[in-house]
Amino acid sequence: MLAIYRREMGAFFTSGVAYVFLAVFWLVSGIFFYNGVIAGCTTDTSAMFSSMFYIVMFLIPVLTMKLLSEEKKNKTDQGLLTAPVSLWDIVLGKYFAALTLFIIAESVVFIYAFILNYLGDVVWTPLLGNYFAMLFLGAAFIAVGLFISSLTENQMASAVVSLVVLFLIYLSEMLVSSFENGNTFKRAVFKIVSKLAFYSRYVEFTRGVFSLPSVVFFISAAFLFNFFTVKVLEKRRWS
Amino acid sequence: MIEVRNLTKKYGDKLAVNDISFKVEKGEILGFLGPNGAGKSTTMNMLTGYISSTSGQVLIDGTDILDDPKKAKANIGYLPEIPPLYVDMTVEAYLSFMYDLKKCKLPRRAHIKDICSLCKIEDVRKRIIKNLSKGYRQRVGLAQALINNPPVLILDEPTVGLDPNQIIEIRSLIKKLGKRHTVILSSHILPEIQAVCDRIIIINRGVVAADGTAEEIAKNITNKHKMTLRIEGPDHTADDKRVITEAIRALNGVKYVRADMEREKGIYDYDVETDGKTDIRRDLNKLCNDNGWNILMLQLSDLTLEDIFLKITMDEGIAKEDEKTASKSKPRIDIKVAPSGKLRAVKEADEEDEEDNSILSSDSEENNGGEE
Repeated sequence: MLAIYRREMGAFFTSGVAYVFLAVFWLVSGIFFYNGVIAGCTTDTSAMFSSMFYIVMFLIPVLTMKLLSEEKKNKTDQGLLTAPVSLWDIVLGKYFAALTLFIIAESVVFIYAFILNYLGDVVWTPLLGNYFAMLFLGAAFIAVGLFISSLTENQMASAVVSLVVLFLIYLSEMLVSSFENGNTFKRAVFKIVSKLAFYSRYVEFTRGVFSLPSVVFFISAAFLFNFFTVKVLEKRRWS
Repeated sequence: MIEVRNLTKKYGDKLAVNDISFKVEKGEILGFLGPNGAGKSTTMNMLTGYISSTSGQVLIDGTDILDDPKKAKANIGYLPEIPPLYVDMTVEAYLSFMYDLKKCKLPRRAHIKDICSLCKIEDVRKRIIKNLSKGYRQRVGLAQALINNPPVLILDEPTVGLDPNQIIEIRSLIKKLGKRHTVILSSHILPEIQAVCDRIIIINRGVVAADGTAEEIAKNITNKHKMTLRIEGPDHTADDKRVITEAIRALNGVKYVRADMEREKGIYDYDVETDGKTDIRRDLNKLCNDNGWNILMLQLSDLTLEDIFLKITMDEGIAKEDEKTASKSKPRIDIKVAPSGKLRAVKEADEEDEEDNSILSSDSEENNGGEE
């Protein structure tokens, strides 16, 4: 797992994906920081964090698009799958490489906190809470992206489908919001969808609620999609 | 070292590999021979655990590749048809990655250096794989397979894309490796297999069509020796033909004689087949001497690996021709592969066969010319 993790980290930087990801992430989050915090003359970072959901949603597909699709296309998966490592090692190696890069990117909020420190008092508890909420959100989204990357040989297809899926996850709550007061069936759909919602769970954190069930939810989602990815790789061998 | 039992692979309805069984002993170099699409790569992918078998078992050093893949795979070095290279890495970094991936315990720098010098890639170690030629990539692929000194090496067409010098180098390298490793090598290049391998398995349409050394296969496929004679009789008439045919047929060890075309006026060619145990050339000479006939030509035509290969792999085409032309030409005994994969002797159309062979052999000469 460590070997794959290290190679993947190296590949992020040699292929330039890391630079694009970090640059865009920092640029857009910088804009949110300036608009939401500095320009608003406040030290409350929650507005910035709730906007950062969109950065995570749009940029995670860039991070995950080629993780497995390119292996398949270049037949390098033959090297991995015939090496004495398990499928979990392969999937988790790649997963944690992407997660590491994501953590590097989102850790930029500590620089913002540092800046705020000069301008006023930083409220550390919500900031840290939000930081970890974003980490868990990213962890779940990366697993989704990795899963979709395992389904195709084409990077672009992988990126587009990941984006659409993440977007659907985001939109799902709004699509069913009118169901809340409908008949039993509609209410059931509403209940299920809102239980599985990513966005409102994340927004909850930005309002200052550090909810453990949501943390468990994100971690479970990450685990589940990594599990699916392993199953896809396994299934490919049996077909 | 490697044991394969009733290995079968189906892609949907298509049977890619059908009930293959064989064993490879330690230190053996086994050649996998077959036309394109015969199931060589599929078999190799199953041997290395890249794809699973539909049914059957692969044991590497007694470990089932599906039951304990980690242990079994640790014993294998695999060079697939397309080397699994990360083209954005340098050779050095890539080999170092494979070293980690295979959890190699040997001293890193020395081990990688040894392998680089073995595969003759020392001078490209710092270069990015993307910029390397096909031949170098192939050698980096081979180097990758050699990391951690696996006791079993599985090489899928290792000399594809190399220039003639490199092919010779790689062949001698494989021969050298065969002393310490068990090697399975696939190829559709006949001289390569003949030059390198101790044993040959010919695969055709997913079944093992023949298994053994080149000589054994030749002996199995046909236990007779063939020769072509040109004998000048005393009268230069068709009568000669009959008399000479009868006389040769009476010789000890001759199984079959057939007078062929009239090559020069009144002089005929004779196709002779013997049982393979007796050498009839001396008797033949004596016979001709006694009768006052002159031998103008004597040509032995034992089966080469190429003949065997063509015979085994092309028989479907011949069989079809056979049906069409069976009525109009004389039947002749030839070797066929039965659906079960066993070899058997059958009658088949004479002229069509010759035509077929001539087309095929010119074809294969071309191939060899290209490869050599």
